[in-house]
Amino acid sequence: MIYPVNLNIKELEEKARRIRLLLLKMLTKAGSGHPGGSLSSTDLVTALFFNVLRHNPLDPQWPARDRFHMSKGHCCPLLYTVLAECGYFSCEKLMTLRQLGSMLQGHPDRRTPGVEVASGSLGQGLSVGLGMALASRLDKLDYRVYVLLGDGEIQEGNIWEAAMAASHFGCDNLCAILDYNGFQIDGKTCEVMNLEPVVEKWRAFGWYALEIDGHDMPKIISAYEEAKKVKGKPTIIIAHTVKGKGVSFMENVCDFHGRAPTPEELERAMKELS
Amino acid sequence: MAEMLYQRDIYGKTLVELGRQDKNVVVLDADLSSSTRTALFAKEFPERFFNFGIAEQNMMAAAAGLASCGKTVFVSTFAVFATGRAWDQVRNSIAYNNFQVKIVATHAGITVGPDGASHQAIADIALMRVIPTMKVVVPCDAPQTREAIISAYRHSGPFYIRLGRPKFPTVEGKGEFVLGKAQILRDGFDATIIACGIMVFEALVAADELLKKGIQVRVINMHTLRPLDTQAILEAASRTKGIVVCEEHSVIGGLASAVDEVVSQSSNPVRLLRIGLKERFGQSGEPADLMKEYHLTSADIVTAVLRVLER
Repeated sequence: MIYPVNLNIKELEEKARRIRLLLLKMLTKAGSGHPGGSLSSTDLVTALFFNVLRHNPLDPQWPARDRFHMSKGHCCPLLYTVLAECGYFSCEKLMTLRQLGSMLQGHPDRRTPGVEVASGSLGQGLSVGLGMALASRLDKLDYRVYVLLGDGEIQEGNIWEAAMAASHFGCDNLCAILDYNGFQIDGKTCEVMNLEPVVEKWRAFGWYALEIDGHDMPKIISAYEEAKKVKGKPTIIIAHTVKGKGVSFMENVCDFHGRAPTPEELERAMKELS
Repeated sequence: MAEMLYQRDIYGKTLVELGRQDKNVVVLDADLSSSTRTALFAKEFPERFFNFGIAEQNMMAAAAGLASCGKTVFVSTFAVFATGRAWDQVRNSIAYNNFQVKIVATHAGITVGPDGASHQAIADIALMRVIPTMKVVVPCDAPQTREAIISAYRHSGPFYIRLGRPKFPTVEGKGEFVLGKAQILRDGFDATIIACGIMVFEALVAADELLKKGIQVRVINMHTLRPLDTQAILEAASRTKGIVVCEEHSVIGGLASAVDEVVSQSSNPVRLLRIGLKERFGQSGEPADLMKEYHLTSADIVTAVLRVLER
């Protein structure tokens, strides 16, 4: 099947609900991993893979495909689940996450069909996306590049080197998505290392920046559409999200940044998501 | 007199040659294109050259992005920045993905000269050698630089190629460059000198001096540090009475360590002495004076060979 398939809003929301459920099951089975940021960016990534990205799970190396790079690699449970749901591999494979010999590594690795470039060491992914955007231009293949950034991740200096360069090179085929859930491992981003003013920073670096509610499907879709129309500069979608979104006892709880749910917690989460 | 040539001149010219052959060759630099000579490529193929400004981390990770889309990417800056400043990007974005990125770093070692210690890469080989997929090449002169660049272009995966700043004396009669195959430049059974880069020429001068004393040394140009020619090392260990390793690099982690890792595992763990930087940073000075100050001259090699044969 060639994507995007343009699901309607109801279908997208249902897809996102199913993806949340699956990724929590996968994390519980693995016994470790990162649920908080996976859940906060689920709506953004689901909308992207089903309604925006040009890709074909039967031909992961299709030269003209749009590129998606998960720079915040620790949220790969979300990426793997979305890839499985799109048909890159079977959903049973998800239960091998983090096991010895599995193609689903603890952080993204190219052995997984659909993973373009490994990630995990934060701050490098926007540069990787920039390289892809330049390649797209050189090859005149017209593909677009999407990079998912964590909010804590933009504390890395490498991000701002890439931000400066992407606008310098006028990469309007590059779209960054900032999962702004306000938490990182050690606590609130505003307490650990304040990011604000975020929008002004990106604009000052020459980016077209728009702010949305990262859980509002119609707004997410229209933000992606708006980004496609921007000419001469890259776009960043600053998405305000809730860490652990969709499971009441995980929402805005820092502990769930990097801890898998227990089987009991999974059961409670499943009730909420069913 | 040996012909004196810049390795970087040959590098720039070779890039242009490759650029003409293959439109997928892309070149990146970080504000040093006139020094690294990537400017030659930039002039002929402006659309395939990207200057990243003074931002090596961004450049390395962007090289990975370009390579993920099928480009063969040559990335250049000074060795100290290519390996130190951007090591994590090289490791995680380039090498872990096994991408077609060729890092060609210039101004390596103390022969950078007057710029001093901040600009003198003395641990770059060590930093690159520990990365599992990385191939590491240290050409001994300008003609070998061309061969190494073409070899890197033809082989898959990431490369680190280490070039110097000053003109290097050309080493005659060394034969064709084959990746991972050491070149035996002189044969002898008393001792072996294993060298890379500019130290190969010094080793040959030392060998001539030693011959006057009736000592016949084997001289090996170990231009490829990964994959290492372990056979050449094991043979030297079994057929000669001692090994002196010479490099314009820290004696920790570079060629001497690599050779020692092989020798210590062999059934003939011969004595091994190291010529290189011994737990000292470099400093400002003219290259020739620095070579003397840090005991990297042919005279130092002669002394070391005599010592290794003492026992």
